[in-house]
Amino acid sequence: MNLSPLELTLNGILTLMILSFLYKDNPFYKFAEHLFVGVSAAYWMVQGVWQTLMPNLIARITPGLVSSFMPEAADRAPEYHFIIPALFGLLLLTRLLPKGNWLSRWALAFVVGYAAGTNFVRYLQSDFVAQIQSTMLPLLVLRDSGGIDIGQSFSHIVLIVGVFSGLVYFFFSKEHKGVTGSISRVGIWILMITFGASFGYTVMARISLLLGRMQVLMRWIEQIFGIF
Amino acid sequence: MSILDNLQNLDRRIIFLFIGLAVIVPLIFNLTFPEHPTPIVTAIFDFVESLPEGSVVLMPFDYDPSTAPELDPMATALMRHCLTRNLKVCTMALWPEGQGMANNIFTNVVEPEFPEKVYGIDYVNLGYKAGAQGLINTILLNMRSMYTADTRGTPVDDLPLMKKVITLRDFDLIMNFSAGKPGSKEWIQFAGDPGDIPIASGSTAVQAPLLYPYYPSQMVGMMGGLKGAAEYEAALIEAYPQFKEQTSIATQLMAPQAVAHFVIIIFVIIGNIIYFTERKKKRL
Amino acid sequence: MKKTIPLLITFFIGLSLILAVFIPPEPFHTMNREFSVYFDIIAVFAFILGGGNLIRVHGNRIYRKTGDFKYSYVTLIGFFATLIIGIFKIGGPPGIQGEVMAEGSWFRFIFNAILTPLTATMFALLAFYVASASFRAFRAKTTEATILLTAGFIILLGRTFLGHYLTSWLPDTLSFLEIPNLANWIMAWPNTAGQRAIVIGIALGVVATSLRIILGIERSYLGSED
Repeated sequence: MNLSPLELTLNGILTLMILSFLYKDNPFYKFAEHLFVGVSAAYWMVQGVWQTLMPNLIARITPGLVSSFMPEAADRAPEYHFIIPALFGLLLLTRLLPKGNWLSRWALAFVVGYAAGTNFVRYLQSDFVAQIQSTMLPLLVLRDSGGIDIGQSFSHIVLIVGVFSGLVYFFFSKEHKGVTGSISRVGIWILMITFGASFGYTVMARISLLLGRMQVLMRWIEQIFGIF
Repeated sequence: MSILDNLQNLDRRIIFLFIGLAVIVPLIFNLTFPEHPTPIVTAIFDFVESLPEGSVVLMPFDYDPSTAPELDPMATALMRHCLTRNLKVCTMALWPEGQGMANNIFTNVVEPEFPEKVYGIDYVNLGYKAGAQGLINTILLNMRSMYTADTRGTPVDDLPLMKKVITLRDFDLIMNFSAGKPGSKEWIQFAGDPGDIPIASGSTAVQAPLLYPYYPSQMVGMMGGLKGAAEYEAALIEAYPQFKEQTSIATQLMAPQAVAHFVIIIFVIIGNIIYFTERKKKRL
Repeated sequence: MKKTIPLLITFFIGLSLILAVFIPPEPFHTMNREFSVYFDIIAVFAFILGGGNLIRVHGNRIYRKTGDFKYSYVTLIGFFATLIIGIFKIGGPPGIQGEVMAEGSWFRFIFNAILTPLTATMFALLAFYVASASFRAFRAKTTEATILLTAGFIILLGRTFLGHYLTSWLPDTLSFLEIPNLANWIMAWPNTAGQRAIVIGIALGVVATSLRIILGIERSYLGSED
């Protein structure tokens, strides 16, 4: 990212203030942390207002009010049914009131009902049916030239056995003894490989984020001292 | 105190120092090593290569500055690839900070490197909208239900690129850059599967293992973390050598990444040596 | 009234969205489209609620002079400065008619110079803590932990050039044992198997919970009785 000298300087200073926490908690870190909380909350609000509230609510209910600085609303007719989400939104804000904050439940009910209704179908389709479908692979894979592709066949068997045994492990309403216990044990091993892979990737991710910050710090030092 | 006792009670700031050095020293020496794309990354590259000129690609920027080191190189490489292939690019964001990340790509990559490309015809920035998966559900049915104008305030109907885009189904590819929720999983669930739209993912390394179940039947391909970005850069440079100088951000960071991984492995091994030695002492 | 109406709202909204998938014609198609837009708009009010709560919490701290109340001034000044600059699009070329994140605008400056380094560095700290935690806690005490550790090491080495250089000497017939190839295989097959089992399990949980919420059996989102 190309940054102006002032932006780069602020980047460097604020980065060092946060990194100072590695030594111990200190006023510089606390300052930066509190600044972060305030600025990010306001950033989210500003983006929400200008990107969604103004064009999709205010400009729809009263286009004439905003058409001077939002030209896309100029020729639009008012759509008064958008008063419904406006009312629900205002009900949500009653949560801040000492009395009457039970009204926010109506808005929450809409949000929760919407999420429940959409998730019901989407999770069934994408995370259940489609996943089972993707697991239905041939146990023996044949080469075009004839003969069995041992590597691919082994991989398919690992996948099918892994999914099945992992699901058996999660079946907690039956005691894991005997055959169920053995299958469940295989499931645990597969899950341990999964978590090991996740651990490796998580370490990789965290190091990558640090690398990005170090690059910015080095650019700042280059700006000041001309080294690197 | 023995060496093992000292190591067992090691001040964590010493570990922090080692990690810091493991990252800084290779960065100073600027070492690079060749990258070899894996099939899951090559699948995205080949898909973009197969799209005819004039195809429209949607790039949702669903990340914030915290994950920019992993995802910016992917977004940069994909943007260069798509514009070089004369594909039309439309960006949007489910995360508020995503709009800023997209703006930076336009300012630092598109405008200087592709001056012949015209905003509104070749690329468009629709910006952020609230709603997460609700937004995806809305624009699957009709883009204009939520997107009435782009970030500059130009009505969507006045943008030539958007004339043939009415719903999400009109995009030939959704190339999502994702750092968490909402992200690639939601795009697959709410757009890819119900709308039968090809979805490709550039995700952080934390999220990448969780997306493997969707490949290849529900996802074209995936770039996982900085390694995935480096692999895509390698594929891009091989096909388009003119990008060799500027498209190696992720590749340059893989050497410090490797050193840091090695240091962490050494620390884990030392920790286990301490543990087994202590256990043996207790048993004796 | 306090619980009945919200339960009815949840039931009506949830049921109509499920029916919209199976009965595409009107009125369900329109309900699906309009409820989705309403949801997106209400989401913004949640941000405003968050901002309001921030003002309340930190304002309270300053008023009562509790804890690190001096830093609450920093939070509120940062909050109001960013809010005013952003809402009124103060500073920079385009003004109120232009893009809120326009090049050269003060809001863009705040994003590049303040929000970006603070957000990025907060997460960059995790690299140090993951190393420290790995040293202190990662022990191969059991078979399962050893499997986890081994898989983690293969991935850590295989995703960098180290894995290639450590095992590139292997003959072609044993190339599947090269660390990068092992890492790719682990991700593509055992990892996919485990993740898929988790995904299917979560999907069943989400479906059950969604049904319980729509039918009013699950009411925890309504909070306690008052």
